[in-house]
Amino acid sequence: MVDNRYDTSRSMRTPLARAKGLGAAGHGVEHWWLHRMTAVSNIPLIIAFVFIVATLAGSNYAEAIAIVSHPLVAIILILAVLSVTNHMRLGMQLPIEDYIHQKGWLLAATIANNFYAAVIAVACLYAIVKVSLGRIV
Amino acid sequence: MAEAKTAPRPLSPHLQIYRWSWTMAMSIFHRITGGALYVGIALLAVWLVALASGPDAFEAVQDFFGSPLGLLILFVYSWILIHHMLGGIRHLVWDFGYGMEATQRINMARFTLIGSVTLTIVLWAAAFLLG
Repeated sequence: MVDNRYDTSRSMRTPLARAKGLGAAGHGVEHWWLHRMTAVSNIPLIIAFVFIVATLAGSNYAEAIAIVSHPLVAIILILAVLSVTNHMRLGMQLPIEDYIHQKGWLLAATIANNFYAAVIAVACLYAIVKVSLGRIV
Repeated sequence: MAEAKTAPRPLSPHLQIYRWSWTMAMSIFHRITGGALYVGIALLAVWLVALASGPDAFEAVQDFFGSPLGLLILFVYSWILIHHMLGGIRHLVWDFGYGMEATQRINMARFTLIGSVTLTIVLWAAAFLLG
């Protein structure tokens, strides 16, 4: 990579910090990158999800079980839940950091955000797996 | 010593000072729709857990989503979902460095709204006609 700084002898950063390249937040572009990765994976998964929901509309219990427990449907739903819950966790962290300035509330909101995403993910995944496993027909 | 002055210091301008533009409106709406999806996904969790809980719980939840209020929630939720997706695709295009010119920016922001409304209506019309 090209070092195009105006004067390389006058950097405020230590050589170690430059070598690590993690910046002020301490975790580089990890958050931004995973947010984009999940945005891309969301597109086909959500389109498939919308068609699955349209198929489920008005179905009774037995029909709904049959649809959700179909391997292809269950796998798409599991992938969608993993992608969406991570994307929304990363996405909600941005307004939290933008608008909440008081340290205590910032920490509380960050914890709540992560817990909420985890609860939604586990609830959805548990239900999909429970409905799916052991059903061959 | 001079007294401490409480002169009105210049504040950085906030939202109300700016003339509304399409890109600004769609940027704000992208956050609002993201927040709504964040809350609304709990409905999916409720539906799936009800399905895993048995016929009685499932019928109750399915009846709610089939009611006028339930259908209205699903309709608005689908529009918000499509809008956030189109807005996200717009941001991905910008991430690659395309569409930065003034007219392109504004047209892309306009398309986000027009496209989301159109797609939502087409989707529900198709669902009603086919289902």
